[in-house]
Amino acid sequence: MPKETKLVLKHADEAGYTNDIGCYLKHGGYRTLKKAFRLKPKKVKGAVVTPQEAIRREVLASGLRGRGGAGFSCGMKWNFVNRKSGKPIYLICNADESEPGTFKDRQIIYKDPHQLIEGMILSCYANDVKLAYIYIRGEFPEGAKILNHAINEAKANGFLGKGICGTKYNLEIHVHRGAGAYICGEETGLIESLEGKRPYPRIKPPYFPAALGLYMCPTIVNNVETLCNVRNVLAMGGNAYAALGTPNNTGTRIVSLSGNVKRPGYYEIEVGKATLGELIFHKNFGHGLHDGRKLQAIIPGGSSSKVFRAGEKFDIKSKDKRGEVVEQKLDLLDIPYDFDTLMKCGSMSGSSAIIVLDDSVDIIEVLGNLSDFYAHESCGQCTPCREGSLWMAKALKRMRSGQARKGDAGYLRHIAHNIQGRTVCAFGEACSWPVLSFVDKFRDDFEQRGAEDETRLAKRGAEATTR
Amino acid sequence: MAAKRTEPAVETVTVKVDGCAVEVPRTMPNWQGKPEPTTVLQACKQAGIEIPHYCYHPKMPVAGNCRMCLVHVAMPGRPGPDGKAPTNEDGSPKVFPMQLPYEPGTPRGVIGCATGIVPGMEIYASSPETKEMRKAVLESLLINHPLDCPICDQAGECKLQEYSVDHGQPESRFAEVKVHKPKAVDLGPRITLDAERCMLCTRCIRFTASVVGDDALGIVNRGSYNAISSYPGQPFDNNYTLNTVDICPVGALTSDDFRFQMRVWFLKETKSLCTGCGTGCNTVIGSRENRMYRYEPRQNDAVNSCWMCDAGRLDYKWIGRDDRLGKLHGPRGNTTWPSALREISGHLAKAAEGSVAIVASARQTNEELFLLNKLAKRYKALTDSVPRNGEADHLLVAGDRNPNTTGAQLIGVTTQRVGSKLSAIVKGIVSGKIMTLIVYGEDVTQHGIDAKLLGKLKMLIVSDILPNATTRKADYLLPGCSHAEKRGTFTNVKGRVQKFTKALEPSGDAMPEWEVLHELVHNVTGLDGFNSIEGLFNQMADEVKAFKAAGLTWASLGDNGADVKL
Amino acid sequence: MSLEVPKKLEREINRLVKNYPEKRSASLMVLHALQEEFGYISTEAEEWAAARLELKSINIHELVTFYPMLRQQDPGRTVVRVCRTLSCALAGSAKLHGHICKRLGLDADAPGLQRTKDGKYGVEYAECLASCGTGPVMMCNDDFYENVSNDGADEILKKYDE
Repeated sequence: MPKETKLVLKHADEAGYTNDIGCYLKHGGYRTLKKAFRLKPKKVKGAVVTPQEAIRREVLASGLRGRGGAGFSCGMKWNFVNRKSGKPIYLICNADESEPGTFKDRQIIYKDPHQLIEGMILSCYANDVKLAYIYIRGEFPEGAKILNHAINEAKANGFLGKGICGTKYNLEIHVHRGAGAYICGEETGLIESLEGKRPYPRIKPPYFPAALGLYMCPTIVNNVETLCNVRNVLAMGGNAYAALGTPNNTGTRIVSLSGNVKRPGYYEIEVGKATLGELIFHKNFGHGLHDGRKLQAIIPGGSSSKVFRAGEKFDIKSKDKRGEVVEQKLDLLDIPYDFDTLMKCGSMSGSSAIIVLDDSVDIIEVLGNLSDFYAHESCGQCTPCREGSLWMAKALKRMRSGQARKGDAGYLRHIAHNIQGRTVCAFGEACSWPVLSFVDKFRDDFEQRGAEDETRLAKRGAEATTR
Repeated sequence: MAAKRTEPAVETVTVKVDGCAVEVPRTMPNWQGKPEPTTVLQACKQAGIEIPHYCYHPKMPVAGNCRMCLVHVAMPGRPGPDGKAPTNEDGSPKVFPMQLPYEPGTPRGVIGCATGIVPGMEIYASSPETKEMRKAVLESLLINHPLDCPICDQAGECKLQEYSVDHGQPESRFAEVKVHKPKAVDLGPRITLDAERCMLCTRCIRFTASVVGDDALGIVNRGSYNAISSYPGQPFDNNYTLNTVDICPVGALTSDDFRFQMRVWFLKETKSLCTGCGTGCNTVIGSRENRMYRYEPRQNDAVNSCWMCDAGRLDYKWIGRDDRLGKLHGPRGNTTWPSALREISGHLAKAAEGSVAIVASARQTNEELFLLNKLAKRYKALTDSVPRNGEADHLLVAGDRNPNTTGAQLIGVTTQRVGSKLSAIVKGIVSGKIMTLIVYGEDVTQHGIDAKLLGKLKMLIVSDILPNATTRKADYLLPGCSHAEKRGTFTNVKGRVQKFTKALEPSGDAMPEWEVLHELVHNVTGLDGFNSIEGLFNQMADEVKAFKAAGLTWASLGDNGADVKL
Repeated sequence: MSLEVPKKLEREINRLVKNYPEKRSASLMVLHALQEEFGYISTEAEEWAAARLELKSINIHELVTFYPMLRQQDPGRTVVRVCRTLSCALAGSAKLHGHICKRLGLDADAPGLQRTKDGKYGVEYAECLASCGTGPVMMCNDDFYENVSNDGADEILKKYDE
C-alpha cells in the first residue's frame, strides 16, 4: 500500500511540535551536527580523508538529487566547486519557493526551521563555507522572522557563529528577503539579486556558480529541502539514504498536490514508490477527484512541466537489474513519481508539484492563467523570452475573449518554439513548455475554439453588412 | 653569432567554420585587452564570416542578452573509457551537433559572443538551423517595434533593418496589440530616447558604466515593459553620452544635434580628426552638398578606441558659420591671390633679419607649421604660439586644447613653454625692431599684442578663418581653411602623427594655408618644395628630427597614424 | 527634500549592511526596511538608500521598478494580495478577489493595485503565494490567510477596518 515516508517532515505536523530550538533538540536536533564536528581526519587507502571530504562523499553516495527543480546530483554539484581559487566559497539556500503548485519549502521553513539550519551548517562545513545566505521569497515575511529567530537560537547554542561546537570553524548565516520575483529562483538570477542588482540570470558559460558565483566567487546554491536532506543523509548514512526510494531516484521527496482533488496537500514519499495515480486517487494522498468529475490532465512537476493528458500511454526504455534494456508500456496513472521516469515520459518532476485538472476546467483558461504568470515573471533580459512570454499571454487572452482563430494552435506552438533553448536561462523552457504541451496534447480543444469563434465572428460580420 | 630571434608562438586552435578548417589563436583580447578564450564569434570573424549581433561590442563587457548571435555548433566527442575520442567510420573525429537535451533532434544554438571555442568544434554559421534561430530572434525583436523606419533617424544605418534584410522573414505572425513605451524622452541634454524602438541590448548602459565610469543608465520595469532610463530628474549628462547614439544598434537613442537633419544615406563620409584637444580622436565627417552634418568617432585603438567626447563631437558648427572669412583683403581692399602673394613676397623680400615675427597657431597642421618655420628661419624671426589649456579627464580629453601643440614644438615654432616668447615679440614691436608680424589662426589681441601695438607695425599679415580683432587690423587678410576643407596632419599629445582628409570645398577666396605658405616660402627663400601635400609631408619628415627618427612617410601614416618619440 | 530616517531604523540598516561583504548586496533588505517604515519607497527614499549604499540612484530605481513588492506610491494602509495563479484560480480566487473589491468599492477588472479613496486598503492580484494546497489564499500586509471563502474574507477584513 502506498504510504508516506516522513524524513524531512518527520515531526513538522506532530501535535505539540514547535519551531523553537528546545523542541528541535528534544527531537534529536543538532545531534548529527555534533557528530560531524567530532569527525577526525581518516586514512583511507593511504590517503588522508578530511572530515569535510568524508561528508561530501557521504552526500555523493546517498544519490541525493536537488529538490528545487532540476534534480541534479547534490554531491556532484558540490564536487564542481572550485576549491583552489583562493577565494571564499559561499553557500546560498534557495528558499525562493515560487514555482506554481509548490508549497513544500514553506512547511519546512515555518514548522521546522532548525532542520534547515542544521542542514545548512553541515553543508557549509563540508564545503569550507564561512558565510552563507538564505534567500527567502518576499512573500514569506513570517518565514524570514522564523528563520532569523532560529539562527539566533542556533548561535546562542554554539551551533553557529565563532568556534562552532568547540572547533575552530566559524560560520555566519544571514536571511535575505526577495521582493516578488519568480526569476530569483533561478540560481544565477538569485545571485544577482543577492548582489543588489536586477535579478537577470547570468550567461553560462562563463558564469557557472561553482566557479564564478556570488561576488564572482565559487558558490553553492541548494534548495531548502535538499539542505534538510543533507542532514538526513548524514544522520542515517549515505548508503541507508540511498536505499530509500528507487535506484538513481533515492531518498524521500515532498510532493505538493493541488488543483481538483479532494485532499490537496503535501505528502512525503519515497521517490518512485508511489505512482501519479496513487498520489491523486489513493486515500493516503489526494483521495481522488471531486464527485462526478473525470480526470482531464495532470501537470506533474510544477507549472513549468509539460502537461499529461488523461489516458496517455507511454513506451519507455529502462535498464533492469542486470543492466539490460527493457521496454515497458506505462499508463499515465502508473508512472512512478520519480525523476527519471517522468523525464522519459516527456515531462519532469520539477519541484514535485502535481496540479490536477478535472473535466470541469477549460484547458485554454488554464494555459492562459499560466501564461499570464510567465509574462508577469519574465525578467525581460533576453529577447526570446521578453518578447515571447507576453506574446503567448496576449494570444491566449485573445483566445479567452472569444477571438480565437483556427490557426492559433500552430501560432502558439511557433512562438513557444522560438523561445525554448534560446534564452539565457531555463525560464525560456519554463514558459514555453506549458504552451507546447497544452497545444500538442489538446490540439482539438484549440482548433475547436478557433473554429467556433471564427464562425461566430463571420456570422456577426455578415449580419452587420446586410443590416 | 646572434641568436635567431623567434616570436613567441601564438597558441592556436583549429575549428571548422561552415566546413572550412580555420586556425585561430586560442585566446584573444577581451574588451579590456586581457586575453580570454577565443569565442565562436571571433573565430568566425577570423574566417571572414560575420555573425550578426546586437548586444556584443568588442569594447564592452559581454552581455549575451540579444541572442542574435545564436549559432548551431557541433562539439567533438569526449574520450571514452579507452581514452580515445569517438571517430567516424573513416577514422576522422566524430562531432556531435548540439541539440536540446529534452528534445533530441531539435538543434540547440550557442551564443557566439560568449562561447569559447574548443579544438575540433564545428561552427555552422550559415546552416538552415542557424538561420532559423536568427529568423526567430528577429521576429521577436520586431513584434513590439513601432516599424517607423520612414521617420526614424537610424534608417540607413540600422542593424534591425540590415539584419531583417539579411536574416529576417518577410512577414510577421504577430496578431496582438503592441506594447507601448515612452517616446521622445529627453534622456539628457543631447539625447532623445524612443523606448519603443529600443531592443534592450544594454550597450548604452554598459558603455556609460564600464567605459565612462558614470553608472547613469539602467533598465526600469520588468519583462516586456522594460525600458532604458536615467534616474528620473537626473539627465544623462556626461561628456561621452553621444557615443551611446553611435553604439545603439537601432533608432532608440538619437542625437538632438543630428536628428531630423539629414538622411544618412545622403551623407558623404570623410576620414578626419577632431580638433577639440590634443588627443586627436579619429573621426568621420558626414557631409552633404558642402555642409557638414556630423562627426562620428572612427576606431583607432591607439588613440580613441571607438569613442569621442561630446564637446569634440559638437565642435564643428564654426566650420559653416555665416561670418566665415571668405574675402581676400589687401591694404587697398579686395584683391586676388596672385596680387596679394606678389605684394607680400615683395614686402618680405625687403625685410631685414629680426624685423619679422610670427605667431602661429597650434591648431595648424604640421605642414603649415613647417613652412612657417622656414619663413622664420629666413628672417631669424621670433616665433611662438598660444597655449590653450583646460582640464584633462580620465578617458580622452587632453588638458591641451590645441590639436597640434606637439607638432608645433617638434617643428620648432614654439617651445615646451608655449607662449613664453610672446612677451619678447611685444617688446620687439614696442621697440620698433619688429616691423612685420605674421599671424596665423590666432587673435593676438587676446594674448598681449593689443590693437594699439598692432597699429605700430609696418605690416600685419593675418591668416584666419573667422573674424576677430586681429583680422580687423590686418594689412593683408588671407582667408584660410578649416581642417575639414583641406588635407594635412596633426601630432597629438602622445606624439602620434595622424592625417585628415578633405570633406568640404573652401568657400569664397579661402585657400588651404599650406598652399599659400608654400608659394610664399618659394618666393622669399628661393627654396623649392613639393607642391603636393604628400611630397610636402615627406620633405618635412626628412627635415624634422623626430619625424625622421620615426621614419615617417605620408603613405606609412595610413588611416590611423604613426607614433614619433617625444 | 531629503528623507528623515529615525535613529532606530538607521541602526537597523547599519546592522543589515554589515551582513554583506559588499554594500550593494544590502539593497533589497534596506528597501524592505524603508518601506516598512514609510509605507512605500519615495524618490527621497531611493536617493537615501543609494547614498547609504554608495550607489547611483538609478541602481536603486532599477530594483524598485522591478520588484512588485516594492511600492513607488502609497499602496494603502492594508494591502490585500489575492493569489491569482493556477491552483488558487481553480479554487476560486477570481471570485474572492471580486468579492473583496466589491466590498471595498473597487473595480475588480482594473489592472494593477486598486486603492480605496480613504487610503485604508489597496487590493491587487499576486502571483503564486506558494500555498497551492489551501487555495484560495491571500495576504493582508504580512499576514497570510488560506482557504479564504467570501465570508471568511469579510471576517478577515474586519480586523483591518479600524
